Amino acid sequence: MSEAGVIHDIGYQRYSGPRLGRLALQQALYVHGLRSAFGLGRSAKAKIFPWLVFGIMLLVAVIVAAVRAVGGESILSYTSFADQMSFLIIFFVAIVAPQLVSRDLRAGTLPLYFSRPLRAADYVSAKYAAMVSAIWLLLGVPQFVMFLGAAFTTEDGFKGVWNEIGDLLPGWGYSLLWALMFAGISLLIASFTGKQAFAAGGIVAVMLMTTPIVGVLASLPNTTANSLAGLASPVFLIAGVGEWLRGTGGMELDLGRFGPIYGIEAVCLIAACLLLLLARYRKVASL
Amino acid sequence: MTIIVTDGLTKTYGGGVTALADLTVAVDAGVIGLVGANGAGKSTFIKIMLGLLPPTSGSVRVFDLDPVTETDQVRARVGYMPENDCLPGDVSAAEFVTHLARMSGLPKTAARERASEALRHVGLYEERYRQIGGYSTGMKQRVKLAQALVHDPDLLLLDEPTNGLDPAGRDAMLGLVHRIGNEFGISVVVCSHLLGEVERICDSLIAIEGGRLLRADRISSMTEASDILAVEVADGTDELAAALAAVGLTATRDGRMLLVPLQSDAAYDRILRAVADLDLNLHRLDQRRHRVAELFTTKETADV
Repeated sequence: MSEAGVIHDIGYQRYSGPRLGRLALQQALYVHGLRSAFGLGRSAKAKIFPWLVFGIMLLVAVIVAAVRAVGGESILSYTSFADQMSFLIIFFVAIVAPQLVSRDLRAGTLPLYFSRPLRAADYVSAKYAAMVSAIWLLLGVPQFVMFLGAAFTTEDGFKGVWNEIGDLLPGWGYSLLWALMFAGISLLIASFTGKQAFAAGGIVAVMLMTTPIVGVLASLPNTTANSLAGLASPVFLIAGVGEWLRGTGGMELDLGRFGPIYGIEAVCLIAACLLLLLARYRKVASL
Repeated sequence: MTIIVTDGLTKTYGGGVTALADLTVAVDAGVIGLVGANGAGKSTFIKIMLGLLPPTSGSVRVFDLDPVTETDQVRARVGYMPENDCLPGDVSAAEFVTHLARMSGLPKTAARERASEALRHVGLYEERYRQIGGYSTGMKQRVKLAQALVHDPDLLLLDEPTNGLDPAGRDAMLGLVHRIGNEFGISVVVCSHLLGEVERICDSLIAIEGGRLLRADRISSMTEASDILAVEVADGTDELAAALAAVGLTATRDGRMLLVPLQSDAAYDRILRAVADLDLNLHRLDQRRHRVAELFTTKETADV
């Protein structure tokens, strides 16, 4: 073959094919983001952590399904699966969010994106959607494995499967809540630094360091403070919303009559994260 | 064909810094050099053309489109190569350029085809499947150029494409830019602070200083002004000057050389005769084209 650097005259071809609109750009960026969240199309090193976490969660789901099949006893419900796995989700988010966002900042790739028809809003929505999907798949696929295990071993026939579906769907919904919340917070934190290690540390800090605050508030001799304690931490906030919507929950939060407050804060928090992300990228896009 | 038209283009940044002041220029298709010192406003001009920054006042039209309101149409026809490092280290050039082709709106298959073609045109072959992190600076610059070229723009905006390259790399890059401008039929704006570098490959030049337009013209009209002959003899430079004056040639002394305006080809004969008559040793007699740089120097001093 030819020597590097030598340019051969093979002729330049003009491109006359279609140029897709911004919606297609968003989709392409979304797929790219979702793939790189799981290290697909990237080096083997980038695959280790996402797949390790995913593997562990899948293993837990298989064990739960197996126990259910053998003993007929459910040791973990679909919703409490997410609550029990919260540390793994935090770990996953701390690895993936910097991959999606900080890498572009670090490498200085953003000017290349924003000199194309892509806008800040497109970039933010595509990355957010990719992050949400990644977290949801992380929870949803093991939940589905649990469902398969339960559905195939049910003794009530079609009615038993139908009951399982009735349990699975709220579980998936609850996972989506986790995904929406964690994607927003983690992307926002990661978008402030190009250093992946700093971003990961920041995400873990925000997710975990807020837990002691919940503990302190929950032990105050004041029922209002106790009921509102969960608002201080994203993990407890999600659990609180789940509890409020379903009436029961795995975190044993005593919401009292403040359930709606949890719901309002969750919505506001997600919206605030997205708006801040957008503001951040508006600024970055104008360079 | 006029591709870029600005009228009284002014950009003032938040802190009261004026990056561009009343820039009025009309640029024809071809290879265009945008020359100015660091901080002259070159990058600001490029960002305004891309619709990344809105102008404070005045207007700019690229392909008769307004970058502020018709951003997408402008960006579809323009490719941008930034000055800074902008490549992730852990993906291959082929993958990266394909991804950016898709970000320009090309469908999947077309993006892949055009990416490998663009990389081939900039001179990257099998290396394109290696991770960018292991590339030399010259190869990285080529990848940056390829990503600007991948969606087949009608205009390339290259911000300091020769930055960080060794002399051979510079020549290769400039040759590539020249080829893109002349053989691919793509207009190119090359930003540089080195006039000598871009004047070799450009059809026209825009020189800006402190955000103001110094001069914008075609290279040919800048250099054709007047040619001069440089004459160098061993001794007796003064006598030769006097002899030339006697035959009607006004020679100016420049160090060891005499500079004689070349009015007609007869000047060669007259100089030679004068040298022979004085019995001097002629070391040099050559025609010097006005370097563009000289034109700017005189203009600048005139302004100051």
